[in-house]
Amino acid sequence: MRHLLSIADLGTDGIEEVLRLTESFVEVSARAIPRVPALRGKTVVSLFYEDSTRTRLSFETAAKRLTADTMNFSVSSSSVNKGESVRDTVTTIAAMGVDAIVVRHASAGVPWQVARWTDAAVINAGDGWHEHPTQALLDCYTIRERRGSLGGLRVAIVGDVKHSRVARSNVLAFSMLGAEVTLVAPPTLMPPSLAGWPVAVSHDLDEVLPKADVVYLLRMQRERQTEALLPSLREYTALYGLTRDRARLLGDDTLVMHPGPMNRGVEIAAEVADLPSAVITRQVANGVAVRMAILFLMLGSGGDLGA
Amino acid sequence: MALELLLRGGTVVDGTGSRRADVLVADGVVVAVGEGVEAPGSARVLDAGGCVVAPGLVDLHTHLRQPGREEAETVESGSRAAALGGYTAVVAMPNTEPAIDSAATVREVLDLGAGACCEVRVAGAITKGRRGEELAPIGEMAALGVRIFTDDGSGVQDARLMRRALEYASGLGVLLAQHCEDDELAEGGHMHEGDWSSRLGIPGIPTEAESMMVARDVSLAQLTGAPVHFLHLSTAMAIAMVRAAKAAKLAVTAEAAPHHFTLTDELVASYDPVFKVNPPLRPQSDVDAVRAALADGTVDAIATDHAPHAQEAKELPFDQAPPGMLGLETALALARTELDLPIERLLALLSWQPARIAGLSGQHGGPIAEGAPANLTVIDPDAVWVVEPDRLASRSRNTPYGGRKLTGRVRHTLLRGEPVVIDAEAQR
Repeated sequence: MRHLLSIADLGTDGIEEVLRLTESFVEVSARAIPRVPALRGKTVVSLFYEDSTRTRLSFETAAKRLTADTMNFSVSSSSVNKGESVRDTVTTIAAMGVDAIVVRHASAGVPWQVARWTDAAVINAGDGWHEHPTQALLDCYTIRERRGSLGGLRVAIVGDVKHSRVARSNVLAFSMLGAEVTLVAPPTLMPPSLAGWPVAVSHDLDEVLPKADVVYLLRMQRERQTEALLPSLREYTALYGLTRDRARLLGDDTLVMHPGPMNRGVEIAAEVADLPSAVITRQVANGVAVRMAILFLMLGSGGDLGA
Repeated sequence: MALELLLRGGTVVDGTGSRRADVLVADGVVVAVGEGVEAPGSARVLDAGGCVVAPGLVDLHTHLRQPGREEAETVESGSRAAALGGYTAVVAMPNTEPAIDSAATVREVLDLGAGACCEVRVAGAITKGRRGEELAPIGEMAALGVRIFTDDGSGVQDARLMRRALEYASGLGVLLAQHCEDDELAEGGHMHEGDWSSRLGIPGIPTEAESMMVARDVSLAQLTGAPVHFLHLSTAMAIAMVRAAKAAKLAVTAEAAPHHFTLTDELVASYDPVFKVNPPLRPQSDVDAVRAALADGTVDAIATDHAPHAQEAKELPFDQAPPGMLGLETALALARTELDLPIERLLALLSWQPARIAGLSGQHGGPIAEGAPANLTVIDPDAVWVVEPDRLASRSRNTPYGGRKLTGRVRHTLLRGEPVVIDAEAQR
């Protein structure tokens, strides 16, 4: 695999391979010194045009645990503010000799453009509303960790699907691994067309919750109510939020997931986020191991995985 | 000494039909048409064997970018591209910087066009600064020969203002042309809204942003009795409205751009901004509707919407890149390659019908006969060539057709009797 731009680049076999490898990196992460020399001498640069402390830290931690060198190109302190184009920035970084570029950008498709301009491996760390493949992989891993397999599981993805790169990647990944995905959102927060999407659609969360094995809540952004997509966040919470009352509809072992950062009290009640069935911090922990697996697959030469 | 030139061995095709004929040109006019025309020894002979000799093409929709965006195109480079594409006249759109919304700017562009490889006509803005708020001095611009007015790049959003503009223009005998896009519905969109935009996570522009404004302006044509020309129609829905308006004998005309009968929105999956254009590339069903409308006469003209952009602009993220594609050097060949229409119909769509809409019939697009102005193009209808972006005459490279094999190529172009293109090479 040369780049990781979309979940579709991996295919079902590729996802399985990443998840298998993730397991060994979860083990590495649990060690007293969670570090292996697998990517010694490799350089990973994170190129984030959009604030995302958690994803950036997760990638950097993953790279460091593999003993790769890391560089952090953060836009606020960089030449981008002086008008440098993405292409020139990428060319400059590549000229320093990097092996992988982890890209986050608010515009869909930028990682595809970056991949045309560099020989380094490009990893999409989120592009606009489009995709966030490593998030989907860590979500798959987290579900498998608890439930063994995604095959036949009923997964409800709830919230702002229209503007969600997490939803687009997860719909692909979950369905490739055999889950049945239902999208739950008001029509204004659904993509204009779902032709070809392997999903069912519902506008009634109460009807979906009792049958769900996994409830995946998306972050609700406050500006949506100014775009005439919603009357108010209050009404959103009343109709689509996982409130305390609504959480009673969940099965005992139904997993509650969220990509973070959460708006407690909007899409998820504080008490619900702290339930034992909520695996939200587990997602974060697994994120590092999944990103180790990705970096290892893309940059590793089958080197030493031992201590 | 008079420049005499003989186009020998071709088939003349114009609005009156087609016939085997040589064409002799002198002093900028056609002096003889017929088989085996005798040329004086001093005459230059250009081979037209196997070719169609036609009135020069007329583009209703060219962005020459001057003044203001000379790094993307100039009147000189754009007119050279036009001549190589078989055009003897183009209408330069007014969305320049500053906009062509005054007599002074009209004069500036006309002056730049004086030595160009094709006749450069100007479309004036309907409103000052193309802001859609106050009428531009349409009468002053009309006095300089401007025959088409448009705010192209934007539609006139205010129905009352558009009504007044139509009424006012009808008193001057000039034509208003609309960029059909409802701004509020299209707000924030960067591609066609549908299956692909949903998948790609790019905000969409719905079909209805175009058809709502067509519906409004058909209504205003009815209200005012003034003619309306619809620019670059791209959707089946808008085309159906124009078809109905024509059936109701309203004075509406319409054009379509080559990319809207050759490319679909699926291409945006590459995230290459070369495929970003406004109106956006549409699904196959709309492409089919545009083709049908060109065949049945609902759409009167193929217009290029030639929209050059500098390389750095087309390397921005898709949602930040400006819309637009090159068109002048590929339009004829795309029509020839992609449309299943006889050459006479293609030329009607590319030459005499747009010439009529632009008010240029006396100079361009007319029958090739003794005394007619020698604005001509010689087309090898069967020549096969490959589009090489680096070899285009435009200053920009944003063609979506790089590497594409096309059939039909311009061999020679004559402007007022002067060969500005010979054997597919520009002469100035």
